[in-house]
Amino acid sequence: MADSPVTIEHGGMGPDNSLQEQFDNSEQQYETSTLGMWAFLLTEIMFFGGMFGAYTVYRFKFPEAFASTSHWMDLLLGTVNTAVLICSSFTMAMAVRASQMGKKKALIWFLIFTLILGGVFLFIKGVEYHEKYVEHHIPGPSFQYEEAAYAHTAQILFFLYFAMTGLHAIHMIVGVGLLTTLIIMAAKNRFNANYFTPVENIGLYWHFVDIVWIFLFPLLYLIGRHA
Amino acid sequence: MSTVLEQPRVQQPVNYLNANYGWKSWLLTHDHKRIALLYMFSITAFFFVGGFFALMMRLELLTPPGDLVSSDTYNKLFTMHGIIMVFFFLVPSIPAVLGNFLLPIMIGARDLAFPRINLLSWYIYMLGGVFTMWAVVSGGVDTGWTFYPPFSTSYSQTHVILAALGIFVSGFSSILTGLNFIVTVHKMRAPGMTWMRLPLFVWGHYATAIIQVLGTPVIAITLVLLGFERVLHAGIFDPALGGDPVLFQHLFWFYSHPAVYIMILPGMAVVSEVVPCFSRKRIFGYEFIAFSSLAIAVLGFLVWGHHLFVAGESMYSAMIFSFLSFAVAVPSSVKVFNWTATMYQGSISYETPMLYAFGFIGLFTIGGLTGIVLATMGLDVHLTDTYFVIAHFHYVMVGGMVMAYMAGIHFWWPKISGRMYPENWGRFSALLVFVGFNLTFFPQFILGYLGMPRRYHAYAPEFQVLNVLSSAGASVLGVGYVLPMIYLTWSWFRGPIAPPNPWDARGLEWEKSPSPPPTFNFIERPIVTEEAYNYARPAEVPVGG
Repeated sequence: MADSPVTIEHGGMGPDNSLQEQFDNSEQQYETSTLGMWAFLLTEIMFFGGMFGAYTVYRFKFPEAFASTSHWMDLLLGTVNTAVLICSSFTMAMAVRASQMGKKKALIWFLIFTLILGGVFLFIKGVEYHEKYVEHHIPGPSFQYEEAAYAHTAQILFFLYFAMTGLHAIHMIVGVGLLTTLIIMAAKNRFNANYFTPVENIGLYWHFVDIVWIFLFPLLYLIGRHA
Repeated sequence: MSTVLEQPRVQQPVNYLNANYGWKSWLLTHDHKRIALLYMFSITAFFFVGGFFALMMRLELLTPPGDLVSSDTYNKLFTMHGIIMVFFFLVPSIPAVLGNFLLPIMIGARDLAFPRINLLSWYIYMLGGVFTMWAVVSGGVDTGWTFYPPFSTSYSQTHVILAALGIFVSGFSSILTGLNFIVTVHKMRAPGMTWMRLPLFVWGHYATAIIQVLGTPVIAITLVLLGFERVLHAGIFDPALGGDPVLFQHLFWFYSHPAVYIMILPGMAVVSEVVPCFSRKRIFGYEFIAFSSLAIAVLGFLVWGHHLFVAGESMYSAMIFSFLSFAVAVPSSVKVFNWTATMYQGSISYETPMLYAFGFIGLFTIGGLTGIVLATMGLDVHLTDTYFVIAHFHYVMVGGMVMAYMAGIHFWWPKISGRMYPENWGRFSALLVFVGFNLTFFPQFILGYLGMPRRYHAYAPEFQVLNVLSSAGASVLGVGYVLPMIYLTWSWFRGPIAPPNPWDARGLEWEKSPSPPPTFNFIERPIVTEEAYNYARPAEVPVGG
């Protein structure tokens, strides 16, 4: 999943020679790249969807165990991370806007803000994972759970927690790499008011990854807490 | 009909094959036609590896006791046969070879929308192939191609993770091909090429691409969960730890049933081109065939539960899945009726592609109708895990898809290679394939109905006659597959030079593009002014042909 169509398709050619040989004009090239990105995001939805399906099945199967494990989620850190990601979506949207208007400096700064917020998210996620490690809540041979009644089922739920947030974190790491590439490209004057497709498409990707978290946060941290 | 130009080989015009030489010009190419050939060589290699495993199985099954190989080896044989044939031959076969080569030409584009992603997809495919072959040579896998837990997660001592990794990786090649096709069909059509003027080959591949993009990620994530479960034993699919093994089956078949439509829709797409050409008629019911492809793609996502009739699925969901499985037969039979109606009162000729297309229609019909038998809940209880299922699946996949692949390879061979293949050898091997195929798999319907279970290397003595027939048929089938390898290789180097349109066919690839096409497919940008399959007018001759 590491490669989005965008980064591959736009090797960073300048505005004048950015038209690739298979296209008739830059409008067709732009529409094609954007549609490609949306199609790619569809496969991403299905990719996460398999795990959301598994989550749903086990949530219906073990509601009590689920209520029990959700008390072990760090609500504070999760909430902070949600806020961080929403802010990063805002700065990303501002970066896309800046690139469309051809404002190079603003573009670079908004990309850097987004990058920093992405890094903060990953750091906090790492702190949370460390908490789980200390509490022996990482599935596997060393797994231990406080309530004996849910010893087995809790492990399944933590397995899902790590699989879902882990896949999300991998997408964040890829996004951080893509943002870094964008910053370098922007610094080299690769974008202008007529050519900003990579910024826009990576923006779409970033928003998608944010939206996944917007679903993960309530499903893993919030619901079931009061049960 | 094949009027072969008797030219001496002087000064071929520049085409995609002679535009440049050297390994770099192939391994780093962006040309969809060269990537199609890379795929063709790779899947042919995998086909013969997978075929070797089938050969070993048929040899073992010549005699009732398990004497040639041990039961463990036999488990590995059918597993590796299934994995390689499904994921490394059938899924990429027609889309990645013929679709890659033809789809841009058919819609009047210079290339696919994302040529570099297209090349990337081949490399990903090969990487997945390396992992899988690694699993093969380091001892194989014995779980069956379905990887059902808890056997695959807790008990199997073989290289499950390596094989699953190979499938996981190669899945992304399938996704990228599908994504490329969808975007190409939407955005790269030539002026005048409206949706209702698209050749049905393109419609078939568009429907396939939808399944590839939406279905493949689900098997990818399922195999990831399976791999982690095998390492961590967290119990997500293990009933002993509270997990649900049936969940794996749901997730697996959510992709793997639509995947059989990935494996048959492109075959239908090829037949929809071949039948009108050799009947000299416009296809009957164009819109119905086009939309039946989409209907199959949509309905195909809603029938996976028929694989779980005996796996503890609730009675009511089984009834719904059974009904939906019947429903998917409707668009399939729409196609069969329309091909037949196209031939009705047509001026039919019997070149090799048409012989394969005949084979496809007949064998797919048998495969499809026995699918209805298996979708019937009561009958399925009797037939589950017997040779009836094997026979049904192979009638669709080998009798259907492989036949269609052979039809397509022969039909477009002059376009791909610029040379003609020997027609009578082609007809002869088409006949061999048809006879050998039926001899191999028809007895398996009877065996299955009589109760012979699949996946055993030994069987009761009363089944021997039918098994010997089946093995004999397999050897005929093998010869039928090796022969085209030989004469097509000969044709590639020594065959007579092909004219641009040897079949007097209609369509941009025949009428606007020379054989073989230049790197950007057309000398002049084509403009489309009419619907596909206009066999009422004489064919045009391409510029530069």
